[in-house]
Amino acid sequence: MSFLSNFFKSSESSSDIAKNRLKVAITSDRAVCSPELMEQMKNDIIDVISKYLDIDTDGLDIKVTKTELDDSSGTVNALLANIPIKEDSRNFRRRI
Amino acid sequence: MGEVIVVTSGKGGVGKTTTTANVGTGLAMLGKKVVLIDTDIGLRNLDVVMGLENRIVYNLVDVVENNCRIKQALIKDKRYPNLYLLPSAQTKDKSAVSPEQMKKLAGELREEFDYILLDCPAGIEQGFKNAIAGADRALVVTTPEVSAVRDADRIIGLLEANEISRTHLIVNRLRTDMVKEGNMMSSDDVVEILAIDLIGVVPDDEQIVISTNNGEPLVGSEAKAGQAYMNICKRVLGEEVPYLDLEETTSFFKKFAAIFKK
Repeated sequence: MSFLSNFFKSSESSSDIAKNRLKVAITSDRAVCSPELMEQMKNDIIDVISKYLDIDTDGLDIKVTKTELDDSSGTVNALLANIPIKEDSRNFRRRI
Repeated sequence: MGEVIVVTSGKGGVGKTTTTANVGTGLAMLGKKVVLIDTDIGLRNLDVVMGLENRIVYNLVDVVENNCRIKQALIKDKRYPNLYLLPSAQTKDKSAVSPEQMKKLAGELREEFDYILLDCPAGIEQGFKNAIAGADRALVVTTPEVSAVRDADRIIGLLEANEISRTHLIVNRLRTDMVKEGNMMSSDDVVEILAIDLIGVVPDDEQIVISTNNGEPLVGSEAKAGQAYMNICKRVLGEEVPYLDLEETTSFFKKFAAIFKK
């Protein structure tokens, strides 16, 4: 049975699962604020930007990661926000 | 002037003491004058791994409290005359030593030795702070498991915060057969997550258990883990050494496992 369940399992291996889980855990460990604060900040950012642009809130990704400094003298924590803007954004503005 | 290297991991049981013993012994085999310091006060371990537990008279706390001179507390290794151990105290606790005292001790040993290896206790409290206080560089030991890697990331952050910039990673207890099956993170995966330079990959090798039972480090032997440790020593000295092919042991294990699966 275990052989069959292995066979039909999703293609993601347990090492991939481990790697992805770790990336998420470590990202929030490195974050200056807790996951709850992160969520609040994310909602605030959505509120502010939504005033001006029609953004795709589902595709929105905000995280704290380690980034290499420009002169490669070390790494710093950086807030990365990937905020997709919907196609009909211009019409949206006109509507306001 | 010698170099002070702290061997640390965050999580316990990933092989800090084994790594300290093997890298220290390997450096001594390569002709360096080496002293190993067990900084885990209250949980003395490095002495039994080195097989020197019967020779302890004075310990680290005696030295920092000036109950004896440094030379009196240093235990000469059984096999290598240029290798010494400064054992930890078994009856005191971490607060018996301060970071300033460790710094001073490391500074004095630096005059006499080429390499001073500090075996750091698990955790990020006082014992960790003591161990890293006098260190120039760090070897971060981890295993390819989520808990160990996460703790290693935390340790790397703390080392950076304490301005120890030369930090290298040792991935310990890797099982190539499991990596191949997709059931264990590879050393590349771990390096990608932790984003620091790799200095060695040590395979999961039962010879390590046997050598530790005997109180004799495996480094320098023909066993894969012994070779891996010797390569780490050479890389510590700045040599470029290609990484071992860990496949051979795998195929053997696989064949062995296959017999039982049938």
